[in-house]
Amino acid sequence: MTPLEIITLLITLVGVFFVVVSSVGLVRLPDLYTRVHAGGKSGTLGIIGVLLGAGIFFISDLRIVFKMLILIAFFFITGPVAAHMLDRAALLTGVKPMEGTYPNDLEGRYDPETRRLS
Amino acid sequence: MSLFQLTMTALMALLSLSLGVTFWRLLRGPSIPDRAVAFDMIMIHLVGLIAMFVVQFRQPILIDAVIVVSVLGFLGTVALARYIEDGRN
Repeated sequence: MTPLEIITLLITLVGVFFVVVSSVGLVRLPDLYTRVHAGGKSGTLGIIGVLLGAGIFFISDLRIVFKMLILIAFFFITGPVAAHMLDRAALLTGVKPMEGTYPNDLEGRYDPETRRLS
Repeated sequence: MSLFQLTMTALMALLSLSLGVTFWRLLRGPSIPDRAVAFDMIMIHLVGLIAMFVVQFRQPILIDAVIVVSVLGFLGTVALARYIEDGRN
C-alpha cells in the first residue's frame, strides 16, 4: 500500500466509525430528541470523514478535491439545520421527551397559532 | 485484489450493516419524526457508500451522484419536517 492509500483508509475508518456510532445511537437512545442529537451531530461528523478520505485519495486531480470540499461545507451547514427543523416539528406536534427530563425550558412557550417563541 | 481494496470492502460492509440497523428505526419508529430522522441517516449512509465506491473502483465521475444524493437527502428531510409541522392537527 502506498502512503496515500494508508492515509485514505485511516480517515475513512474514522468517518465510518462515527457513522456506525450514530446509527447505534439511533436505535438505542430512549426518545426522539436524543435520537436527533445522535443523527445530527455524529452522523454529520462521520460523513465529513468519509468525504475527506475520498478527497485525499484523488488529491492529484484538484477538481475532485474542490467538489469534495464543497460537499463537506454543504454537509457542515445542512446537517444541523435538518436536525433542528426535525426537532422543532416534533416539539410543535407534541412529541414528549423521555421521563425525568427536568429543565424543559420550552414547555408551553411556543404559541400554537403563530409557532413562535413567546 | 490488493490489501487496500480488501480493507475498503470491509469498511463498506460495515457501513452496509449500519444501514440495515438504521432501517430498524425506520420500520419501528413510534412517531413520524422518528422515521424522518431514520430517512436522514439512510441518506447519509448512501452518500458514504457511494463515496467509498468511488474510491475503491476509481471512478470519479460518480462524485456527481454523491452531490445529487446529498442534496436530495437534505431537501427530503426539510420537506418532511415542514409537512409534519403543518399537518399537526
